[in-house]
Amino acid sequence: MGEAGPAAVTARGWGWRHASRRDWAVRGLDLRIDAGERVLLLGASGAGKSTLIHALAGVLGGDDEGESAGGLLVDGREPESARGRVGLVLQDPDSQVVLARVGDDVAFGCENLGVPREEIWQRVGDALDAVGLDLPLAHPTSELSGGQKQRLALAGVLAMRPGLLLLDEPTANLDPDGVVEVRDAVARVLEHTEATFVVIEHRVDVWWRLVDRVVVLAPGGGVLADGHPDEVLKRHGAALAASGVWVPGHRPAPPVRTRAAGSRLLRTEALAVGRSPKLVLHRDIDLEVSAGGCLAITGPNGAGKSTLGLTLAGLIRPAAGRVRADGIADGLVPDPILWKSRQLLTRIGTVFQDPEHQFVAATVGDELAVGPRALGLPPAEIDARVGPLLERLRLGHLVRANPFTLSGGEKRRLSVATVLVTRPRLLVLDEPTFGQDARTWRELVAFLAELLDAGSGIVAVTHDTDFAVALADAELRMSARGAGVPR
Amino acid sequence: MSILIPHSGPQAIYRVNPVAKLAASAVIGIALVLSIDWVSATVALAFEAVLFLFAGLGPRRFMLRTLPVWVAAVFGAITILLYGVPSGQTYFQFLLINVTDGSIELAIATFLRVLAIGLPAVVLFVTVDPTDLADGLAQVLRLPSRFVLGALGGLRLVGLFLEDWKSLELARRARGIADTGRVRRFAGQAFALLVLSIRRGSKLATAMEARGFGSDTPRTWARESRFGAREQVLVGIGVLVAATSVVVSVVSGEWNFIVGG
Repeated sequence: MGEAGPAAVTARGWGWRHASRRDWAVRGLDLRIDAGERVLLLGASGAGKSTLIHALAGVLGGDDEGESAGGLLVDGREPESARGRVGLVLQDPDSQVVLARVGDDVAFGCENLGVPREEIWQRVGDALDAVGLDLPLAHPTSELSGGQKQRLALAGVLAMRPGLLLLDEPTANLDPDGVVEVRDAVARVLEHTEATFVVIEHRVDVWWRLVDRVVVLAPGGGVLADGHPDEVLKRHGAALAASGVWVPGHRPAPPVRTRAAGSRLLRTEALAVGRSPKLVLHRDIDLEVSAGGCLAITGPNGAGKSTLGLTLAGLIRPAAGRVRADGIADGLVPDPILWKSRQLLTRIGTVFQDPEHQFVAATVGDELAVGPRALGLPPAEIDARVGPLLERLRLGHLVRANPFTLSGGEKRRLSVATVLVTRPRLLVLDEPTFGQDARTWRELVAFLAELLDAGSGIVAVTHDTDFAVALADAELRMSARGAGVPR
Repeated sequence: MSILIPHSGPQAIYRVNPVAKLAASAVIGIALVLSIDWVSATVALAFEAVLFLFAGLGPRRFMLRTLPVWVAAVFGAITILLYGVPSGQTYFQFLLINVTDGSIELAIATFLRVLAIGLPAVVLFVTVDPTDLADGLAQVLRLPSRFVLGALGGLRLVGLFLEDWKSLELARRARGIADTGRVRRFAGQAFALLVLSIRRGSKLATAMEARGFGSDTPRTWARESRFGAREQVLVGIGVLVAATSVVVSVVSGEWNFIVGG
């Protein structure tokens, strides 16, 4: 029952192909991870990092899910039969909470392993201590923050006493505070466990000090680099950064802007925002956005940043006060919430935090044509707009693909493209760089800088300080509760 | 989401195994659907009115939670009043509407019956925590744990679906397609929600599997689901209410067995 010490991993010519894909996700992998090693697994998007880690956890699925080649063993056994020896924490905090109460959720894995009842509660207490979650056992899991949910998932895994601890981008969906919270919890756990540790993450600096080995997977198969973190960083840092990994010392250069802000597009008057008039998150917001200017809205989770963004975008009714978009109304009343859906297209474009929420068509090509068609543009004009945008955002080869099947970076680029194709004068972006690798980040920032230079206004809701530094001309920092303080 | 937050309260009823609550309301319900007469329903309601004082609900919450039952009872009664099988004196007639002695009596019986079956079911289930119910179903009734825990895990996703729906709606306005074609848009949005929910569901399934769920190892239970004296008392009360109302009704000659009735 998981007390057998750290586990070792061996891959011999291992590969995996998803049933629905033509190409192998991983191919010809030879790798040995000794018991007790701490490994950071890197690689460009699509190098098969996640596939490998899912395989190690024994959750890739059977023959109907895909085809495997070579051998992959945990402690000399097939991973599927080593359940309980391996613990996996996934990326999405919301999809990992199983039960409604904190204590029950941590106990869930132990129950499945058949641990006796008295011992389960002993382990639950220990695991919650280890991750620093100081909450009553009956605390509702639905009231936890993202960082707390990830620590809960970690506790649930630790309670199973695994010999191999796997983390699949555990901080990619968290705000900066959550990232630190989870990283510190893992650090504390690693001080007290012998378990072998493998983590995947785009952001190298988060895990750099906690690992003693870095393995870089090559896209297309095999291992690109393998060794001590400092050594791998020195020899392959630049190449890794170019392929999308966030490498310390290889920060993307901020874009050069050529144009100062112009006339005012939108301003607010004593604006209060909330999902409903009774549930006001923030009051007395006075801000303005100009042509060629970028306003960053920052602050902790729950402060109402996204709600403010969607209110400015004419999607949510102000709880009090007004949004006046006189600069882009073009003969309409100045309040965007009163505009028709179609009238928003050329005036305000909104990029949602989760790209999947805004996809409405079956192919990438159709997805881009939705907006222009709603405007009633002639087919020739639609083609003339869609083609260049596809090429510019590296989506040309995906015209016929279903938007839902794209990778995270591709989805983000597509969601931005669908908004830009109708040429709105103001863009509202909700966490545009969330979970993106360094390459998509660079492209996105450069592209947005071009739009600013061309005279568009941008409002960006973001946790990403690098993004704000690179683009923002003004920042509205929202406190947890109360009034926004412009800086 | 109220269904997702664990329920608790100081009253004894909160600590009763949900399986017993299920059994008690089932016994009353089954006994009362066998006949449509006003006597059995009235007797059951009289008992229940006293028992509700121990149900762990204040008057406000009681009315709020049971409101749908009252509405259903009123509508059911009106329907029967207007269209029920006519007999005896006719008071009002218009097209298919026919209010008679018989339909009035049936309407009253229906009204009382819906209340007598609906109220205890709602009142007992307001104090049920889904986790405890799942524990009871798996440990007391021995339903397959895979099924019970899978459903319990899925229940937690309901709150996320509601948020998804709201975002999908806003996004459609932002995409310029929210002005016309309401029906088609609704269908498209429902399909998108389905795609998102399958995705969330499969992610949750992976997370559960990664924690050893669904393996062949016999499962243990961190929370013991007991079926002891308290539970037997509650089921006993249910049986008592059901039996008394049937007996009183039969003795008074009002009982009319619904099958073939």
